[in-house]
Amino acid sequence: QQQGPGAPMSTNTLYNDQGGAEAAVEVGQESTPTSSGTAAGFGLFSTDFKKNEDLKEMLESSKESLKLEAMKRIVGLIAKGKNASELFPAVVKNVASKNIELKKLVYVYLVRYAEEQQDLALLSISTFQRALKDPNQLIRASALRVLSSIRVPIIVPIMMLAIKEAATDLSPYVRKTSAHAIQKLYSLDPEQKEQLIEVIEKLLKDKSTLVAGSVVMAFEEVCPDRIDLIHKNYRKLCNLLVDVEEWGQVVIISMLTRYARTQFTSPWKENNEKAFYDSEEEKKDQVEAKPYVMDPDHRLLLRNTKPLLQSRNTAVVMSVAQLYWHLAPKHEVSVVTKSLVRLLRSHREVQYIVLQNIATMSIQRKGMFEPYMKSFYVRSTDATHIKTLKLEILTNLANEANISTILREFQTYVKSQDKAFAAATIQAIGRCATNISEVTDTCLNGLVLLLSNRDETVVAESVVVIKKLLQMQPTQHCEIIKHMAKLFDNITVSMARASILWLIGEYCERVPKIAPDVLRKMAKSFTAEEDIVKLQTVNLAAKLYLTNSKQTKLLTQYILNLGKYDQNYDIRDRTRFIRQLIVPNEKSGALSKYARRILLAPKPAPVLESAFKDRDRFQLGTLSHSLNIKATGYLELSDWPAVAPDQSVRNVEVIEPVKEWAPSVGKAKPPKQDDKFYSDSGEDDHEEEEGEEGSESSSSEDSSSSSSDSSSSEGLSFCVCIWVNIPTFGPVKSHELLHHMTGKGLSARYHFPRQPCLYQPNMVAVQVTLTNGSDHSLEEIHIGDRSPASLNLHCFNTIERLEPEASVTVSMGIDFSDSTQAANFQLCTKDDQFSVSIQPAVGELLMPSSMTEQDFCKEQGKLLGMNETSATITLAAENSSSQSLSKQVLSVANVGVVSSSENNIHRFAGRTVSSGALVLVTAESRESSTALLTINTDKSIMASMLLRDLKQALAQA
Amino acid sequence: MIHSLFLVNASGDIFLEKHWKSVVSRSVCDYFFEAQERATEPENVPPVIPTPHHYLISVLRHRIYFVAVIQSEVPPLFVIEFLHRVVDTFQDYFGVCTEAAIKDNVVVVYELLEEMLDNGFPLATESNILKELIKPPTILRTMVNTITGSTNVGEQLPTGQLSVVPWRRTGVKYTNNEAYFDVVEEIDAIIDKSGSTITAEIQGVIDACVKLTGMPDLTLSFMNPRLLDDVSFHPCVRFKRWEAERILSFIPPDGNFRLLSYHVSSQNLVAIPVYVKHNITFREGSSQGRFDLTLGPKQTMGKAVESVLVSSQLPRGVLNTNLNPSQGTYTFDPVTKLLTWDVGKINPQKLPSLKGSMSLQAGASKPDENPTINIQFKIQQMAISGLKVNRLDMYGEKYKPFKGIKYMTKAGKFQVRT
Repeated sequence: QQQGPGAPMSTNTLYNDQGGAEAAVEVGQESTPTSSGTAAGFGLFSTDFKKNEDLKEMLESSKESLKLEAMKRIVGLIAKGKNASELFPAVVKNVASKNIELKKLVYVYLVRYAEEQQDLALLSISTFQRALKDPNQLIRASALRVLSSIRVPIIVPIMMLAIKEAATDLSPYVRKTSAHAIQKLYSLDPEQKEQLIEVIEKLLKDKSTLVAGSVVMAFEEVCPDRIDLIHKNYRKLCNLLVDVEEWGQVVIISMLTRYARTQFTSPWKENNEKAFYDSEEEKKDQVEAKPYVMDPDHRLLLRNTKPLLQSRNTAVVMSVAQLYWHLAPKHEVSVVTKSLVRLLRSHREVQYIVLQNIATMSIQRKGMFEPYMKSFYVRSTDATHIKTLKLEILTNLANEANISTILREFQTYVKSQDKAFAAATIQAIGRCATNISEVTDTCLNGLVLLLSNRDETVVAESVVVIKKLLQMQPTQHCEIIKHMAKLFDNITVSMARASILWLIGEYCERVPKIAPDVLRKMAKSFTAEEDIVKLQTVNLAAKLYLTNSKQTKLLTQYILNLGKYDQNYDIRDRTRFIRQLIVPNEKSGALSKYARRILLAPKPAPVLESAFKDRDRFQLGTLSHSLNIKATGYLELSDWPAVAPDQSVRNVEVIEPVKEWAPSVGKAKPPKQDDKFYSDSGEDDHEEEEGEEGSESSSSEDSSSSSSDSSSSEGLSFCVCIWVNIPTFGPVKSHELLHHMTGKGLSARYHFPRQPCLYQPNMVAVQVTLTNGSDHSLEEIHIGDRSPASLNLHCFNTIERLEPEASVTVSMGIDFSDSTQAANFQLCTKDDQFSVSIQPAVGELLMPSSMTEQDFCKEQGKLLGMNETSATITLAAENSSSQSLSKQVLSVANVGVVSSSENNIHRFAGRTVSSGALVLVTAESRESSTALLTINTDKSIMASMLLRDLKQALAQA
Repeated sequence: MIHSLFLVNASGDIFLEKHWKSVVSRSVCDYFFEAQERATEPENVPPVIPTPHHYLISVLRHRIYFVAVIQSEVPPLFVIEFLHRVVDTFQDYFGVCTEAAIKDNVVVVYELLEEMLDNGFPLATESNILKELIKPPTILRTMVNTITGSTNVGEQLPTGQLSVVPWRRTGVKYTNNEAYFDVVEEIDAIIDKSGSTITAEIQGVIDACVKLTGMPDLTLSFMNPRLLDDVSFHPCVRFKRWEAERILSFIPPDGNFRLLSYHVSSQNLVAIPVYVKHNITFREGSSQGRFDLTLGPKQTMGKAVESVLVSSQLPRGVLNTNLNPSQGTYTFDPVTKLLTWDVGKINPQKLPSLKGSMSLQAGASKPDENPTINIQFKIQQMAISGLKVNRLDMYGEKYKPFKGIKYMTKAGKFQVRT
């Protein structure tokens, strides 16, 4: 019997799971229609009894659609939390299905139940092992994902092998998956730790932004204590950060926070005060005897995280905020304020966490949030816990200047219908009163007024707070005690009455006239009072007896007699105790001598302080901070080291370039990284093409991608040596832009990195290496006038200073408008101007285009006749092999290889950078080392120039 | 990171569960239910709840609790942000995010959750990528799928995730190329009894709907970018360019997205477009109260104030109301004590008012606080801060797109204390 698509819905409206065995029966009995009309209609079918039998049949049928239908219903069962494990054998058979959706659903099932059905799960392993070798990177990745999610201990060695292999995969996406798999394997078998750390170490070196977040996550899970692994990757991670996906950013930032606390010295040392007033503290401090100089790496981290405050992801903003809180010099922390306040407009839950963190911050640093005080005003629509947190912050922010505004605001809150919140406000008023002595009296008076409030909680809270306040400075407040005594008759809340009685008793010597009178009234109403009031009455009586026995002896005895026969044990008990203590008789012994000291001992005043006082022991933004308990897996933030550990551990060795000039090392800041927001890692683009082509066998592609990405992510120090790492292209030609003789010491060389230009897609990327060969430093190197004036060119940022012997590589973009006409411009320093020109080879005006062979032929068909240029050329002996032929073509022109089914025909495709016109190159090798070169493009001038260049390259050795 | 996810409906039933690591028994939710019982209002359930072995982090959206189970230390905002992203994705896919919609699309939901997290760590959360992986269900597709047995899962594996522009897929094609931008500003304000402004600020967003072929590179500039005090961007916006030139330069995602949200600097005085005259009184000892409310426009630069909706939570002592609206309709729910008045458009010549009496519980004492009035409104064709887009340019593609910019001002959390 077939089921309609709505059926799985209606079968699953029961929530109580009673195990798989009864599932069939259970399903049969239920007939509750769901809210969806169609589902209810199909509900008729669900009265079928042997439901799972039915599913099994469907799974075993030969029809794909039936299988899919069955799997959908099974997923429905899983989602409901029902047991579908008995279907395991039937489901696992479909693991190798061709249908992608069916396959995915089987994966879902497998991951859910493999742990329970380990033996059967093993049947599926070979499928994944096969898929791990698939040419398509996404299939490899998904195979690894599922394989590593199957929690079956037997396959640990297989997983280990797969992870190791995937970690060296050419596709960054697969490498990312392997980073995830590390954590899975670790939780399955912690004994693999050592081997996994090796893989982590390898992956940490990865330069892809895709991998960074995931591998740091794995690091945090597996070996968070191995900070030595981070040293070499620290600068790279800082530089990549802005391009990593948002979730990875959070993880990396929190790891780097911990790292920095172990590696750098505290920026908060004694010169704080000075630094606060002096924005250029670094320069000034150098004059001092023992100055604090911030490690450039420390500064790098702060600088590179700051833009992330603008992220739309609240978790990222919070993590940057905590980084600044824990790492930045005190006067810089306030840059995070605005962003944190912005987060308060987000969802309720986000507000909750952010407010908690602000509460902790505002205790230590009032100034940070004071200008934004109004953002913490409570709205009647806020949830109670949000209101309480805002109140907490407002209290923390209160000072002499703003207290009147805050108190006025509090007055509104006290009247709130949310009584729990009103009570919290009264406590807050109490805290303000103790913290700011100017307003203590005002607050007290205000609180006294609240005593006549009708609401029990408000009154009780007020009395309790007044009691605390008075305890702190009782001398001045007999008036209030008197007032409270007067109000006493009208107050009905027992907690409040008890508190007043306690107060009068405690300070009975200050109100000697009133106290006995209150006792008299209490004696009259004693039997009608609540228990706590009775207890306090007994207390008051005892204290008065000790201080003023003349007036109160009889009253006390009367009250003690009443208490003796009270219904409540506690009161009878207390009465007996007090009587023995204060009324001397022969049996009372030594204790009664001390009665006065026992009952009237000065009592310490309670301290009113923020509930967030002790939260700063936790790193901000963490779960532990939020709960104020140490959560499992919380990693302590270490204190700053007194002396910074060796800084050089973070230096990355520079591969010595073959060329004669020295590479510029670490000192200079990498301006190249600074002026862009997207990473320029050309690698990702390459990968994309591979994905489309579905083949990554072309070795030239791969090596180019891995080498070019090293340039982009390592920053400056590696830019110089890119060409060394591209053996398949031969050395990338770098050209002279300015000789050091003509440039008065400044020399410049440029080359085409063959990466898509970041600034504008129609520009050609050019990297210029500037070297200072003079003996003095050069300042303000920038680009001046250009000709033709219309030349569209993206300048590099002005280089403030270039030290002697230092060099720096910058990138710029030039729109050549698809012509080989030179771009002329002036390279200026502070004092001089030099006219220079960049003349591109025609091959550099192209960018690779990926297409299939069919597409190629189709496009070629459109570009015949006028648009076709061809020539027969003689190949040099070295270039006769097909590999070296492609190598030569690729070195001349920036085109992409199109996979070819014929051995003797090589196809290359590219587009012009400016106009995007297709340029198709075909090289057909013939006998006796000749070849027919054909170029199809509607840019005929370019075609002939390109043909000339290719001819030259292929003809010579 | 995220171990499991449970979806709990308003009546406290778990209607969906998903585990990314080993299975966590649903009994862990009992701790959540306890907290839920303790909370008086659904919003008062604490977002983070510790249990002996796990931590529960939950968000409440569309009356569904999304409860994530966490086993060890993780930034709570990470989880909260992710859960909201899940809700946004569901909304994007199914139009609404309700229990019924989730149950009807349980397979798609499961496929989505599977793609969004790997081992509890977010994998693909960009809606553009997800839509390539899993096609959103439409009625037509559901029918076709039923007949042909084809699937929702994309045959083409997505490329966006692997590219340097992860938010945009390649090969987008449209016959009509259009880019629309909505500048929407919200006023958050608290007005006190006497009508003076206690706090007022403007938050704005620019929502975009971009349907352009190829890989367009857009720049958007403002007449008065100085107004923007604090901004947060979609990841596509080039931050450095903004820093240097105050220009938004970006390769847009395909379809709808939020380009920018901003805050208008607090130095600028905020124009409050409506005023409220109110007289709400309760007399001691009498079981009647007076309710008198008049709305009027103020500082609207000649634009009409539309879609006005007034709501107020009356004190518990109010049994019922007998009010007369001069326009629109009003309702009072005697159980929740919520008064809502759907005013519609404010006519400056004839100001809308709501007058009448409230009956109070006999013998009960007079409430100590007057209710707060929440107001919603819309003003079309105006951004209250005065922000203006200067121009929008497109590079990288040849065609001429159709461009449109719309301004709107809305009330955010606009409260009047009485």
